[in-house]
Amino acid sequence: MSKKMHIKLNVNGKDEEFLAEPRELLIYTLRERLNITGPHIGCETSHCGACTVTINGKSVKSCTMFVAQADGAEVTTIEGIGGPDDLHPLQEAFKEHHGLQCGYCTPGMITRATKLLEENPNPTEEEIRFGMAGNICRCTGYQNIVKSIQAAAAEMNAAKEAAE
Amino acid sequence: MIPAAFEYHRPQDMAGVLAVLEEHGDDARVMAGGHSLIPMMKLRMAEVPHLIDLQDVGGMSDIDVRADSIVIGAMVTQAEIIDHAELADAAPILREAALQIADPQVRYMGTVGGNVANGDPGNDMPGLMQCLNAVFTVVGPDGERDIPAREFYEAAYMTAREDEEVLTAVTIPAPKGGYAYEKQKRKIGDYATAAAAVQIVRDGSNCVSASIAMTNLSDTPVYSENAGAALVGTSVDAAALGAAVAAMLDDIDPTEDNRGPVAFKNHVAGVILRRAIERAWSRA
Repeated sequence: MSKKMHIKLNVNGKDEEFLAEPRELLIYTLRERLNITGPHIGCETSHCGACTVTINGKSVKSCTMFVAQADGAEVTTIEGIGGPDDLHPLQEAFKEHHGLQCGYCTPGMITRATKLLEENPNPTEEEIRFGMAGNICRCTGYQNIVKSIQAAAAEMNAAKEAAE
Repeated sequence: MIPAAFEYHRPQDMAGVLAVLEEHGDDARVMAGGHSLIPMMKLRMAEVPHLIDLQDVGGMSDIDVRADSIVIGAMVTQAEIIDHAELADAAPILREAALQIADPQVRYMGTVGGNVANGDPGNDMPGLMQCLNAVFTVVGPDGERDIPAREFYEAAYMTAREDEEVLTAVTIPAPKGGYAYEKQKRKIGDYATAAAAVQIVRDGSNCVSASIAMTNLSDTPVYSENAGAALVGTSVDAAALGAAVAAMLDDIDPTEDNRGPVAFKNHVAGVILRRAIERAWSRA
């Protein structure tokens, strides 16, 4: 047992402060300490991306970051992207285009996709597949995830144009 | 999945890093992006009683493209390599290789310094840096020293960096001519079954210089001086390609694993090197 650290995080706009061992992985902080259980754990080798969250503007696999490293960081999880009554266009599109089945990879997928569309608002199919390559899905075969992201991109671009 | 307990250090400068390294010796390790070290800690294959996080140290996150060289700070991430337009002009092989490393999330975190210092023969940047004849700068209690990439790798996870030293920067002579980083892998994010880094200079129809290094085909990256030499003075015709591949095969020493048996790896290494040379030549 090592000395506990005083950790501060901002998660989905809310400040959190607590004592934690440095070895605590951020995914456990989110799920077990803060009860933010959208991000999931699908592996222990940093491959699956089910734990993907946005940390200080980067898509990060929260299973591969110690809470000590994240001290002071801003974290966004699927819960901060939209809720049942105010779905994000990506959430709406995944629903509309059947981009999920069991739903286990979906929080990581959508969180990663928000960042992908921020960096590349008009991705080709190839760019979507490559840009989502850190997220594994067992159910969909990816096809409908690609369609969902394309649909969300079109929707978001149209909304942006309308606003201008 | 559950790493052992450790004391966490987040020094604000290099003096602080070196102080922890000196105090705790073998019990301390520096961490950059954490995307090799944390997975090893989660499997309890790496024991790190004192973890030194470099994120606040500063001064290691710049890409400096100069007239005749490029200096890349050790904490520059793979994502930053990919996004840097000036670097893509000056040394396009770096972007080509970085896009074949890991996946988007890992590239936001994983750093150039961590990739080259890790010592895993699966990493792609070590061979690439040998091809480019890069020099690694390390700093320790006695100050700074430079180690050529071609002399840095001794065995798997064994490098010329001493335990109390930290790799701070990679300096690359401005690459000339055509380039290619060709990687055969089973899927996204996999380490190479075989990969080749090639940089080649052309004068008319003649090859005037060529540098070749191979990834994950020995317990270290393999700079194959003879493979490059086999191309020089030729028009990179079929005979020259055959000679380069033969020279490369003499220098590698693959081992069997779930990427395939030795005979297969030798075969793939030849295919990959041919493709890399042909692409580099077409760009030269």
